[in-house]
Amino acid sequence: MRKYSAFAIAREAFRGHKGWEQQWRSPEPKAEYDVVIIGAGGHGLATAYYLASEHGITNVAVVEKGWLGGGNTGRNTTIIRSNYLYDESAGIYDHAVKLWENLSQELNYNVMYSPRGVMMLAHNIHDVQVFKRHIHANRLNGVDNEWLTPEQAKEFCPPLNIDKNARYPVLGAALQRRGGTARHDAVAWGYARAASARGVDIIQNCEVTGIRRAPAGHVEGVETTRGFIKAKKIGVVAAGHTSVIMQMAGVRVPLESYPLQALVSEPVKPVFPCVVMSNTVHAYISQSDKGELVIGAGTDQYTSYSQTGGLHILEHTLDAICEMFPMFTRMKMLRSWGGIVDVTPDRSPILSKTPVPGLYVNCGWGTGGFKATPGSGNVFAHTIARDEPHPINAGFSLDRFRTGRLIDEAAAAAVAH
Amino acid sequence: MLLIRCPYCEKDLPEVEFRHAGEAHLVRPSNITEISDEEFEAYFFLRQNPKGIVFERWRHVHGCGRFFNAARDTVSDKFLTTYKAGEPKPALGESA
Ligand SMILES: Cc1cc2nc3c(=O)[nH]c(=O)nc-3n(C[C@H](O)[C@H](O)[C@H](O)COP(=O)(O)OP(=O)(O)OC[C@H]3O[C@@H](n4cnc5c(N)ncnc54)[C@H](O)[C@@H]3O)c2cc1C
Ligand SMILES: [Zn+2]
Repeated sequence: MRKYSAFAIAREAFRGHKGWEQQWRSPEPKAEYDVVIIGAGGHGLATAYYLASEHGITNVAVVEKGWLGGGNTGRNTTIIRSNYLYDESAGIYDHAVKLWENLSQELNYNVMYSPRGVMMLAHNIHDVQVFKRHIHANRLNGVDNEWLTPEQAKEFCPPLNIDKNARYPVLGAALQRRGGTARHDAVAWGYARAASARGVDIIQNCEVTGIRRAPAGHVEGVETTRGFIKAKKIGVVAAGHTSVIMQMAGVRVPLESYPLQALVSEPVKPVFPCVVMSNTVHAYISQSDKGELVIGAGTDQYTSYSQTGGLHILEHTLDAICEMFPMFTRMKMLRSWGGIVDVTPDRSPILSKTPVPGLYVNCGWGTGGFKATPGSGNVFAHTIARDEPHPINAGFSLDRFRTGRLIDEAAAAAVAH
Repeated sequence: MLLIRCPYCEKDLPEVEFRHAGEAHLVRPSNITEISDEEFEAYFFLRQNPKGIVFERWRHVHGCGRFFNAARDTVSDKFLTTYKAGEPKPALGESA
């Protein structure tokens, strides 16, 4: 792997940019791997990277049915934060934020992590109480999160309408200054390049169609559209398609897949300095470095694999955006799209061993897993390499739905995150 | 937005009149205090979540208010049929 640097840019400028090499190899699948990861989203690629970089396991393939990063990783609104209520959640999301802080240097790839602050708006007494409870719980866990009055919120984000007569009046806000955004594609590409350089094979346009198991139960490998690939261990990191893949191994999972949509506006000059989230009215907004407003909507009410959601869901979000930020009412929207998110009953992810020896699953990130990408890959690699969870993901086990030890962020937030 | 046929009102109506109510044909065990943790997990948390035909409940909240069931393809979001609560799962041909 040739290092990216200011010097490399200057060198290439002098020779007509002919020296840039492919960012990752596209090899034919080998007959056998120590670990096969199913799904080349950010989480799968990060898992492969940390298997190689921290555990010395380099005979690894990441098998992807489409193109890498084309799932939810390339479709999300890139909000990063870690101010979740429960200790387990604070543990894993803050682990991720700490890795984000140095990720561009570690991968030698600019993932454009931008800690511009994430501000969550409170619109009613319930919100105010819930957010203040979060702030106190976060402080005990060493996670930054602070309360702002409506005036302070407006100072932090000038376009915000704090008129008391607004349809959704702003009663205050919770601000995590370390929260922000990153460039989603660059995260997938950066991990892919760094993993490939360490020997990981990334095999795109290769759909897993079956999981083969030995009579005693242990996994033997994956059937794919490019033939059988033997594997000692398999990690399923397939987001909305996890139920389908786990079914191939005979494991039922507590997941339902829903469409979730986002849209971007025409690009404009910098007008929006931070990320604003309003769970109560389902509106999530920031401005990308290209200048587009990036707006996230809510999920549809029914399960689906169609990667398209209903128009009324987008309208509902845009109504709220226009009310909170009147200056955007005349902006044109350029594109909208949907992803399929895998939702657990407690709205917390599953990073776990499974009843099948050699089979591991990382799923259930639902509407909010981009922010966790580095942390998730890091502890899931540990789980696969050591055949036991890292202390950070021990609570996110598959069997918590049997034991009842839920991590109930759903009840804590009562909405998407 | 989906168009949904309420089998009670016998009309195709916009999705906003309806509330989705999860997987259909789940039967709450009558001896719920006696079943094992595995059985409770299977009843309460595990779901089919099929890529293909799903049997699901809907409620016509902004209409007659009644629950009914539907068979829908989760890849195309197309409804194959809707039927009244309590009726058995319809047999759908392979071509459906
Ligand atoms: C519209 C939208 C907005 C969002 N906004 C945010 C946000 O602001 N902040 C945040 O933190 N999170 C957000 N999320 C959630 C976030 O995108 C996901 O939690 C995260 O990206 C999941 O990453 P992943 O790598 O697990 O999944 P993916 O990126 O979906 O990767 C899974 C991969 O598995 C592949 N796959 C599936 N089946 C097979 C098969 N049979 N064989 C081979 N490969 C297969 C898929 O093609 C896919 O590439 C949002 C999601 C959406 C859809
Ligand atoms: Zn009706």
